[in-house]
Amino acid sequence: MKSIAHKQLFQLLRAFCLEMLREPEVLFWGIVFPVLISIGLGLAFTQSAEAKFHILIVESKPTAVDSLLSLYGHEGKHKGQPAIIWETNDKALGKTQFDFTHSDWESAIISLKRGEADLVIADTPDGLRYRFDPHNSQAQLVYMKLSALLQSPASHDADTNIAVEPLELKGVRYIDFLIPGLITFGIMGSIMWGVSYTIIERRSQKLLRRMVATPMRKSSFLIALMGMRTLMNIVEALILFLFAYLIFDIRIQGNIAALALLFLAGNLAFAGIAILVSSRTSKTEVGTGLINAVQMPMMLLSGIFFSYHNFPEWSISAIKLLPLTAFTDGVRSIFNEGAGWEEILIPTIALSALGLLCFAIGMKRFKWH
Amino acid sequence: MSQIEVRNVVKTFKDVHAVKGISLSIEPGEFVALLGPNGAGKTTLVEMMEGLQKPDSGEILIEGKNWKKHEKDLRKSIGLSLQETRFSEKLTIIETLQLFASFFNLGKERINEVITLTGLESKTKAMVGTLSGGQRQRLALAVALLNNPRTLFLDEPTTGLDPHSRLDLWNILDGLKKKGNTTLILTTHYMEEAETLCDHIIIIDEGKILREGRLKDLLDDKSRNLEELFINLTGKKLSDDDLIEQTK
Repeated sequence: MKSIAHKQLFQLLRAFCLEMLREPEVLFWGIVFPVLISIGLGLAFTQSAEAKFHILIVESKPTAVDSLLSLYGHEGKHKGQPAIIWETNDKALGKTQFDFTHSDWESAIISLKRGEADLVIADTPDGLRYRFDPHNSQAQLVYMKLSALLQSPASHDADTNIAVEPLELKGVRYIDFLIPGLITFGIMGSIMWGVSYTIIERRSQKLLRRMVATPMRKSSFLIALMGMRTLMNIVEALILFLFAYLIFDIRIQGNIAALALLFLAGNLAFAGIAILVSSRTSKTEVGTGLINAVQMPMMLLSGIFFSYHNFPEWSISAIKLLPLTAFTDGVRSIFNEGAGWEEILIPTIALSALGLLCFAIGMKRFKWH
Repeated sequence: MSQIEVRNVVKTFKDVHAVKGISLSIEPGEFVALLGPNGAGKTTLVEMMEGLQKPDSGEILIEGKNWKKHEKDLRKSIGLSLQETRFSEKLTIIETLQLFASFFNLGKERINEVITLTGLESKTKAMVGTLSGGQRQRLALAVALLNNPRTLFLDEPTTGLDPHSRLDLWNILDGLKKKGNTTLILTTHYMEEAETLCDHIIIIDEGKILREGRLKDLLDDKSRNLEELFINLTGKKLSDDDLIEQTK
């Protein structure tokens, strides 16, 4: 033990761990916050299917919609304002509630802009018109549901829709898609901020300068920093998984050892990128910009919250090359598709190679003071 | 062989000529003060000797070795305290010393020795963030002394300290001087510090050496102390006001 205690790698790792444990905010943002996010998003997307839509009616005189509403709707409130509520029941898809309120055209447009309303039904000389952004998938859904309802209101009574059979296999729920993404996204964030920002901050505070004036091996410093973050990521991922298991019954269907290897490869990839990103600057503002420049595109494109297959076809192959995409796809395939060594071999090698390459370039460019 | 040999060293930062061709030689066991006002080029010169900055031209040898070829060896044999030595605020004194000791592969024994030497026994479990200026400087000195350095560089070690803390540090350095195993290069703009601790004084201003030698050889009837000598050499004062107050 004596010899280990003298080893600089051990002492550096110990020092980084102690510093982290003595920053309660870091523990909160690193561990508690991702768990809260996953619980919040998980609950938001797994509640019993009850859709609620707000429809604005803009008309100069009573129309057919008013006749239907008087027949099938009832008076109620929408966010404190008088509204007519029309509810339909579906055994498979759950309850759908349309809240109708009357408005003038200008107020209706403002409500649409603010996202307060999903769709406007306007009375025109050519008859009723649906007005909404056709690129908004939520508005599209409302349009399809509402137009079908208005065309044949009586057919939307309870238990009539027998064509839908709910698929509730493990691995196909939204939460099954979300949790692996949250784990990989958490790893990227934790490393980019925990490694890059820590290095830049230490450089700006001249903490690195004193250390580099000793026989300390420079690689030991960076490896210890990466190691500490990986340890924290293991704890964070285990806690997140435990919550997901207990609350949402998430299971790992594939090879756990393969998952562990891929997990380490993902950590290595982002740690290498983090070292490269923080290799030169001593300005924390520049560092924040660089970290965001790396993180943001992947956060938006890599399919963390929604599938990247919604993006145009030509962009998919480029998106698949992003390290977060490869990492997330690999982890998801083990969680939900029962993947094993064979499926994760290529992403593991690619992520590890990327990490090592970035680490080597970062070390070469690294400015210690 | 000289402990430190500096040969015609030049360093420029953009438009600022920080060091303009300085040469000097320091013998083993000497306590040397680099004395000069702020901006004189003391820190740049000492950081080049420490291997933290590269000279634009000229050569620096420590025990006959240069930084380019012998960085590993030299890092093991020197100790230093930077002008603004910062340590992690979230580590205790003992943890900081353990960390730095590991870089030299040193154990508990040496850590305890430097703690005793710098009088930090009662503070070993205190977080660095809670230390006073004087205690931080003593910690910086303890870290600098960990490897029993043959060459010790201290860059303005007492700047900003109260007189009591300054005296504490002087006593520690005086003890080191009596042992005779260490060569000290100390930058300061406090004449009293240079006079009390050092045998060899090098006066620097605007990147050049104005005078150097033993204290008694530098002073004469016109220059009865270092302050007067500096005024005679440059036409300006060396010390800041607070030290003048204290030395009155």
